[in-house]
Amino acid sequence: MPGKLKAKIVAGRHLPVMDRASDLTDAFVEVKFGNTTFKTDVYPKSLNPQWNSEWFKFEVDDEDLQDEPLQITVLDHDTYSANDAIGKVYIDIDPLLCSEAATVISGWLPIYDTIHGIRGEINVLVKVDLFNDLNRFRQSSCGVKFFCTTSIPRCYRAVMVHGFVEELVVNEDPEYQWIDRIRTPRASNEARQRLIFLMSGELQRKIGLKVLEMGGNAVVGYLQCFDLEGESGLVVRAIGTACTLEKISTFPATATHPNNSSPSKDMKDSPQAAPSTLGCRSTHSSPVHSASSRLSQGFSVSVPTLLFAGMKPRHRSSEVPRARQCRPGFGEEAPGVPLSSGPPTPLRAQTFSSFSPSKSYSRQSSSSDTELSLTPKTGMGSGGSAGKEAGPLKALLRQQTQSALEQREYPFFTLTAFPPGFLLHVGGVVSARSVKLLDRIHNPALGNTRSYKLLDWNSFTADEPETRDAWWEEIRQEIKSHAKALGCHAVVGYSESTSICEEVCILSASGTAAVLSSRFMQDGPLDTEHRLSRQPLCVFSTGSERVEGDMGSSASLGFEEVVSPGCGFCHIPYDELNIPFPAQLTYCYCCRRYKVPDVLFTTIDLPTEANVTGKGCLIQARLCRTKKKAQGEGNATAISSLLPFLEYELHTQLMNKLKLRGMNALFGLRIQISVGETMLLGLASATGVYLTALPSPGGIQIAGKTPSDITYEQHISTMQKKINDTIDKNKELYEINPPEVVEEIIGSPIPEPRQRSRLFRSHSESSDEVSELDLSHGKKDAFVLEIDDTDAVEDIHALLTDSPTPAGFYSCNTEIMPGIQNWTSAIQMFTSVRVFRLNANLTNQGLNKIFSDLCENLLKSLYFKLRSMVPCCLCHLNFTVAIPEDELIQVAVTAVAMSFDKEQPLENGKQSGEKTLIKAITENDEQLQFNLELNAETSSHNPLSSPKGLSEVGSHLSARAPSVDYSSFADRCSSWIEQLKLKAHTIRRGSVKTTSSLEKASPLPEGRSRSLRSNRSYSGSSVAVVKMTPLSFIPGAKIIKYLGIINMFFIRETSSLREEGGVSGFLHTFIAEVFAMVRAHVAALGGNAVVSYSMKECVFMENPNKNQAQCLINVSGDAVIFVRESELESTSVQTQSATTHTSNGGEGT
Amino acid sequence: MSVELDVFVGNTTIMDKEVYQLWLNGYTVNDAVKVRIEGGVMEECEASAEVLLSDTMDQYRTFQMCERLLHHPAKLANQLLFQIPPDRQAMLIERYYAFDDSFVREVLGKKLSKGTKKDLDDVSTKTGITLKSCRRQFDNFKRVFKVVEELKGPLVENIRQHFLLPDQLARDYAAIVFFANNRFETGKKKLQYLTFQDFAFCAGQLINNWTLGAVGKTNNMMEDMDVDLDKEFLQDLKDLKILITDKDLLDQHKSLVCNALRGKTNVFNEMEANFKNLSRGLVNIAAKLINAKDVRDFFIDLVEKFIEPCRSDKWTSIDMNLYLTHYTNSAHILDTFKHHAVWTRYMGVIKSCILRMYHD
Repeated sequence: MPGKLKAKIVAGRHLPVMDRASDLTDAFVEVKFGNTTFKTDVYPKSLNPQWNSEWFKFEVDDEDLQDEPLQITVLDHDTYSANDAIGKVYIDIDPLLCSEAATVISGWLPIYDTIHGIRGEINVLVKVDLFNDLNRFRQSSCGVKFFCTTSIPRCYRAVMVHGFVEELVVNEDPEYQWIDRIRTPRASNEARQRLIFLMSGELQRKIGLKVLEMGGNAVVGYLQCFDLEGESGLVVRAIGTACTLEKISTFPATATHPNNSSPSKDMKDSPQAAPSTLGCRSTHSSPVHSASSRLSQGFSVSVPTLLFAGMKPRHRSSEVPRARQCRPGFGEEAPGVPLSSGPPTPLRAQTFSSFSPSKSYSRQSSSSDTELSLTPKTGMGSGGSAGKEAGPLKALLRQQTQSALEQREYPFFTLTAFPPGFLLHVGGVVSARSVKLLDRIHNPALGNTRSYKLLDWNSFTADEPETRDAWWEEIRQEIKSHAKALGCHAVVGYSESTSICEEVCILSASGTAAVLSSRFMQDGPLDTEHRLSRQPLCVFSTGSERVEGDMGSSASLGFEEVVSPGCGFCHIPYDELNIPFPAQLTYCYCCRRYKVPDVLFTTIDLPTEANVTGKGCLIQARLCRTKKKAQGEGNATAISSLLPFLEYELHTQLMNKLKLRGMNALFGLRIQISVGETMLLGLASATGVYLTALPSPGGIQIAGKTPSDITYEQHISTMQKKINDTIDKNKELYEINPPEVVEEIIGSPIPEPRQRSRLFRSHSESSDEVSELDLSHGKKDAFVLEIDDTDAVEDIHALLTDSPTPAGFYSCNTEIMPGIQNWTSAIQMFTSVRVFRLNANLTNQGLNKIFSDLCENLLKSLYFKLRSMVPCCLCHLNFTVAIPEDELIQVAVTAVAMSFDKEQPLENGKQSGEKTLIKAITENDEQLQFNLELNAETSSHNPLSSPKGLSEVGSHLSARAPSVDYSSFADRCSSWIEQLKLKAHTIRRGSVKTTSSLEKASPLPEGRSRSLRSNRSYSGSSVAVVKMTPLSFIPGAKIIKYLGIINMFFIRETSSLREEGGVSGFLHTFIAEVFAMVRAHVAALGGNAVVSYSMKECVFMENPNKNQAQCLINVSGDAVIFVRESELESTSVQTQSATTHTSNGGEGT
Repeated sequence: MSVELDVFVGNTTIMDKEVYQLWLNGYTVNDAVKVRIEGGVMEECEASAEVLLSDTMDQYRTFQMCERLLHHPAKLANQLLFQIPPDRQAMLIERYYAFDDSFVREVLGKKLSKGTKKDLDDVSTKTGITLKSCRRQFDNFKRVFKVVEELKGPLVENIRQHFLLPDQLARDYAAIVFFANNRFETGKKKLQYLTFQDFAFCAGQLINNWTLGAVGKTNNMMEDMDVDLDKEFLQDLKDLKILITDKDLLDQHKSLVCNALRGKTNVFNEMEANFKNLSRGLVNIAAKLINAKDVRDFFIDLVEKFIEPCRSDKWTSIDMNLYLTHYTNSAHILDTFKHHAVWTRYMGVIKSCILRMYHD
């Protein structure tokens, strides 16, 4: 009996009139948890009842606490007939089970009815007393923290990243049970809502158990999805990354350390962090890092990657028909894949034992064997390739990293942003799809279908989860082998999705093959001694161009192994001689040492340390393909034979559009394939950027195949001209300047390195890679489009029809927009949904055009709606497409518009400054956490700043000093707006210590004006304002506490569609209601924002003839408390003086 | 091929002031789009007509969803469905309760009943205000009237608190409620030259001076204290009749006024000639106010009995002011006239009302 749940019903307000005669309501409340129900008294004749009930106490297992929601039902008492339900509130108890999250739920929560929507509000108080249960065999996992955020949450530091966790549970869908025929829609909806609540609770508990087993205490990047498989059931599945997190004390101990001579300190650092912030840097560029990066010499892919992955379905397709027959004996399906020999649920096996070579390892290698038959013989584990060109020691180091990962069955990470130094190299996008036929559940025993809690999967459902597990396993293995072929041992930015149409289901998984540093994966931190001895190397770890500029001198000092992280992740991880696909490799344009590919596609966020030229933009490829109506296996076969073409075309489109914008890399790539009865829909979204390290993309050249006719030639040349013009315009728009120009300007403070890099180049030009180093947009490099058929012509038209974003707007689907900083506090999260009805009998071209226009128009509408926020950037612009019915296309977008200050002087040449700023602003928290963490590790012997640590830092600074021109740095710095943050950043880098005193004059007024702006709009409202954002941060604010995960599922149905304003009115209300409920629950937890918010499901069905519609929405996010940075101002003043002091001190040394 | 469904929902509800006004004015979506296109918003934001249509529909839907909350403005602040910044809330309420002067002139003093509502289409044709907008304004009047009717305490304050209206608007609503309650006739042709603000001013005067609440006789908690005229006072007004029934008093009064005014005005002769008529007019109005029917005719009587004769004699407002000042003050000097308090209370209001109403 390890938990006592207490609930108190305080009052209600705005209740609906239930008694027409009196225009009033006699309301009472039922509070239910598990099988226990309590009731309040009836509060007669009021729309604003004051129940003020006693505390209802439930004594329950913590297992139940995790699985079950608290269910509150408000009813109208009726003496003569049955009591009418007004509505319900489901409260997720989970946030109360974790000591670091919320402690009480208290506030006004909307009373929700699936037919009527929100009907008033109820004020409740909920608490949990949890007793410790140390039972080793317990089934609960209370205390494991869950985060939707796909990076290390802002007020935590990662001690260790354990790796991939996944789980799925299956049940019958109440909507398809026999009883649904006789019960009311309301009862059916409520059954479904409750079931999904239970299932997600159970799922979360099971994942929690796995995390505990691995030794972790949190799941980051938790992604839970529903598959509404119709008759064959309801699958709830989740993936995430298990981590061990440690909370960072949020507020700096302000008064205590004003004179502490720590070299870097800002308001975000906790004081102890300060002394070793420099020191901690060292770890990124520790020998391990440089060695491995060198070994892994090499880097990425993309074009071919996709293509490569795209072919997979074809391979799969041959198996599809079999999938159905072989459900119990999964082994038949893919005889070559050793999966079949594994335990039925391999994931449940211990995957994190450090010693056993483990089944997964052997399986992996053999599976890659089978997979590699498809691909050029490469990979064989990058360890091998590393060994080829490096000394044995390095190979060993590499293998260490490798093995740490390979012990895992799936070296996957759902994270998209990483602590600096974690991500070493990126290989490219890997993806796998598989088409499956859903099996009908055997006609279930009628008796037990009503019990929703099917913990023991007996009888009919017994093999269900196994089947689904096996399906996903197959895909994950494929992903793993793809990654291997790219010379990578890990997959980051990993996600899974499905698209279901009738009985066909497409399972998709994608991620980015990468090489990771082992430092987060070893059991326990590196020993301190080792670390300290490495400190002198730390200098170059803060990837930014300026540091990179220093490289020349540093190299001369003898640190030749060091790679700037600003470009390090671009270097190819695979073996140059065995490229798994045709790619053009060149030497990195930053460091000139390692090979980089010509383009890079990834599913992750732009690493904060990346060197980017100019701004980024959203790039979308859209495609529609008609397909014949078919049933069963035939349908599945048809779909799987279409998939590769679809992916290929999407890829070509992406590539063309990328080149058209003069960019060379895609981040946050998300390809969605949706299946309908008569068509397939593909939508790829990503954020294009120009990575400084990668070669400048060649132009697009059009070539006609049959140059016979003059008019044709003319046509081609006009098109060519148009394309060239567009490229030029885009380059201007996104401020993409050829790298030389950038170097000229940023080079001024540090002339020496520039010359050096020039020299370096000319040197290499004389070598045999000349052609690759040609920066001109010569025809040699141009991407040739041959227009020999109508398809190609259409492609080109499609290229040119994308209208540019209106002035003042930028867009991206990632967290940060390169080139934009100084966000104001004005953010506007929104969801927009459109459904488009098609005419029958459209050609592929016609469909494509319509689909493309639909997306374009939606974007245009968004720009128009948000015009008052200009200048602004639409971030995390996430499109979801679906084919709800034949001839219907549904597009849903959730994103956040964030405005930014334009007044900052943004000369083109200031790229490096800009870039540093972005980092400083948006990612500072993260970096700081990292510092803190390292600090805690290094200074474990000498808490706070010991003289020893200091002197080390000092000496290290002085070693660098000769190459830095302080005054020019200071000049530049003084014009920057985000002074405080910048300082945090720059000082940590140790190279610009004098700037802090110079810039000190301005930051405070700035801070004030910002705070004025931020406070302007909301004051004195009786309802607490809750911000929502799909991003993991809130601009101008600091998240001080995570209160728990929000994961809500709602169904809304109506049989009076016209009266509710038609489909649009119905959905508009419903989405507004969902927002309202999310906000209310967050506010009840004590929070004031939801971060990493996403609408994962929006299933809309209508039947206008019957005047009916139904919609299901699933949303999730992290409830947080944030504090405006302006409110921390007083603290910052103190820290600032401290900083000035210390930096001066530092100079003296 | 058509867009079947198109919604946009922001965490902070986005509302365009311009579109809100068009919605309030009762424009259909298509008309509103036309107006917006003419307004040049398209060029400004590189938008197309399609985008504009989608946006307008969306906004209209939002407003419709909000409308039910606007009926009880206090709810807007503590509802959870829409997250609207307080300044926006205030704007929404203020504009929703704003009305057209030309419309209010048509219904001022009429019973706020279903019958009146049925005639709104005539009002709409006459004023050129859309029927939809007329209905909203009428319903607002009625809603405020109903709520205030059942409340105790000062009228303006009640309106301001219950409907969260700015002060001036609350006063205007008080005037409307007051007129509706007392059913003052304002529609006659002779009164057409008066604006709503003229009446609102007069209503303010009446509320502040002639109602129960005005004299502080009540404990501040009476129903209708600001809506109904002080019956006792109306009764006392009958006593003023002595000023015209007693011949001596009338002559005395006349000579006092004439002496004071001689040489100070260009219309002295007309004034002297008309004195008795004018005085009779004013006093008779006072004496009759005890009858509800004559209360209704209060403004028409003022115009017919006093303002029109003066206007035909071409008095200026200065003349009018002079005359009324001396007319009021002289009465206090009369030996046999005892009703000074009632006279002051009566003439104070009459004077400011007439001065306000004396224009073209």
